Amino acid sequence: MSILVNKETRVLVQGITGGEGSFHTRQMIEYGTKVVGGVVPGKGGQTAEGVPVFNAMAEAVWKTGANASVIFVPAAFAADAVMEAAAAGVALVVCITEGIPTLDMVRVYEYLRGSNTRMIGPNCPGIITPGECKIGIMPGFIHRPGRVGVISRSGTLTYEAVHQLTTLGLGQSTCIGIGGDPIVGTHFVDALALFNDDPDTDAVLLIGEIGGSAEEEAAAWIAQHGKKPVVSFIAGRTAPPGKRMGHAGAIIAGGHGTAAEKMEALAKAGITVCESPATLGETVKHVLEA
Amino acid sequence: MKIHEYQAKDLLVRYNVATTGGYVATTSAEARAAAEKLGGPLIVVKAQIHAGGRGKGGGIKLARTPDEVEALARKMLGMTLVTHQTGPEGRIVRSVYVQEGVEIERELYVGLVLDRAQSKLVMMASTEGGVEIEQVAATAPEKILRETIDPRVGLLPFQARNLAYGLGLDGAHIRQATSFLLNLYTLYQAVDASLAEINPLAVTKDGRLLALDAKINIDDNALARHPDLAAWRDPNEEEPLEVEAGKYHLNYIKLEGNVACMVNGAGLAMATMDIIKLAGGQPANFLDVGGGANVETVRNGFRILLFDPNVRAVLINIFGGIVRCDRVASGVIEAVKELTVSVPVVVRLEGTNAAEAAIILRESNLSFIVAASLEDAAQKVVAAANAA
Repeated sequence: MSILVNKETRVLVQGITGGEGSFHTRQMIEYGTKVVGGVVPGKGGQTAEGVPVFNAMAEAVWKTGANASVIFVPAAFAADAVMEAAAAGVALVVCITEGIPTLDMVRVYEYLRGSNTRMIGPNCPGIITPGECKIGIMPGFIHRPGRVGVISRSGTLTYEAVHQLTTLGLGQSTCIGIGGDPIVGTHFVDALALFNDDPDTDAVLLIGEIGGSAEEEAAAWIAQHGKKPVVSFIAGRTAPPGKRMGHAGAIIAGGHGTAAEKMEALAKAGITVCESPATLGETVKHVLEA
Repeated sequence: MKIHEYQAKDLLVRYNVATTGGYVATTSAEARAAAEKLGGPLIVVKAQIHAGGRGKGGGIKLARTPDEVEALARKMLGMTLVTHQTGPEGRIVRSVYVQEGVEIERELYVGLVLDRAQSKLVMMASTEGGVEIEQVAATAPEKILRETIDPRVGLLPFQARNLAYGLGLDGAHIRQATSFLLNLYTLYQAVDASLAEINPLAVTKDGRLLALDAKINIDDNALARHPDLAAWRDPNEEEPLEVEAGKYHLNYIKLEGNVACMVNGAGLAMATMDIIKLAGGQPANFLDVGGGANVETVRNGFRILLFDPNVRAVLINIFGGIVRCDRVASGVIEAVKELTVSVPVVVRLEGTNAAEAAIILRESNLSFIVAASLEDAAQKVVAAANAA
């Protein structure tokens, strides 16, 4: 078992003919993901990476029975692509695209509210259920099937964490990169709730960073509903205030969103907080053995 | 992206948000001409830098005559202005804003910003204008009024009125404030702002409601659709190395320490800085060369790092996913050969083809310190920096 994606998930790639889109489609297919088609306006009827290309999401969903999509279209068109996917009724949209204007995302977020579509991202590595389905750009080979859920705002730091887990023989049920932007479709609390109810997840590794209050919200949620051990790390203890650390969302603004505040909130909620990013794997191991 | 006050005022005028008259000047003669055009009796001369707290640092002065304005401008232009937001090195003042002075009855605060918890914009207002809003939020949060904006309909007139009444305004001021707030919202949407702050919003003795200062930030992600605003970027206000890094699509932020680091991905870059600190060192920078680092980005990254004279050692931490570590290793070797690197370099490459990469580094005959893990890398680089 796992959350959100598994070997039955049927995936469409929006922007399949672009550089990133075609490369990662090949990688996803190689991993075993059921990629059933692609969508590129104006390229309907063609074939790309061995799957049919459609002009529109509605037609693509109707003809392929897809229930998920992944977006590689440029930032200027990405908001439209997310909403098109939602209108076509897919249950899950994974938006990899980085650099989408925030006010576009305000509208997208509102559009998705009350729909049956969940968005992961934008500006994220995607989601993977090891051995079953990879939707995104993460390197598949570092993962292994298992019982630890991973949720993270970052990309390569998640790979680092997964690598540590796998090296210690700890596999993952599902790993979700929720994205580093100020507005994301799936928050820590959403993913935590799903892992909490997943019978095949024993523990959760939550990797946060400076900026916003998503970690504090996660802490409050865990204190109230958490049934499983959670291990956490917050990146950016050494970040200066007022500077955007790469991710649009990673900024300490008005004295808030510091790593210290977040670590304190998490620790108060009974979460094991790692001081060092080098001890993520072993801390999860300790917690599971305790 | 930050813009200058005079540019923000220009936007206010374009979108009918009431503000004082004024002109930007880059010479004292221009400042004098601006004062003559404004007339007076009271003129304010304001240093234009991308930082707050200018008044306390001597960057905002009152004048009564064109002669005084000229003298003040002569003094301010070229001076290094230090405020609590500039850091001790301060900023050089390259232009001043010569603004109509008004007699103030009350100072209010208005701000428009994204509320990340709700993924919606929120308009804030407070009777405590003229002071830093963070201070108000910390000491008297009940004095900050909020209206959350439904993105489907935008800021509604009743919400603007709620804020206006909440500020204790009445009579003709209600209509002025309502249109002020609605127009400010229109501006925010139109320019893809990421922050709009009017502090203070003044109620003048002659019954007007005017923005005396304005801080507007533009969403970097939206600059592509606002080429006119993108042209307002002022490289003088940015760290030169950060500007240089931006040319190569690298994300660099200079810090105070002496252990440089080059990492792929923002989260891992922050974590690398953190572990350097835990190992007893001080990070010299944040440098994210992008999730898919390649030979070119590694070379450019190296160049940027080595510009900083404080650097005593460099840590390269790349987690190769899609990018192969052996190719990154080749890039590191090329860069080190091409640039004169006189400080120790610790390399930690993990992920795809990491084993091959380690062999390439060892066989290069260059004196790399190869690290096996994140922990190992941090300890080695801090030791190297301390020994240097």
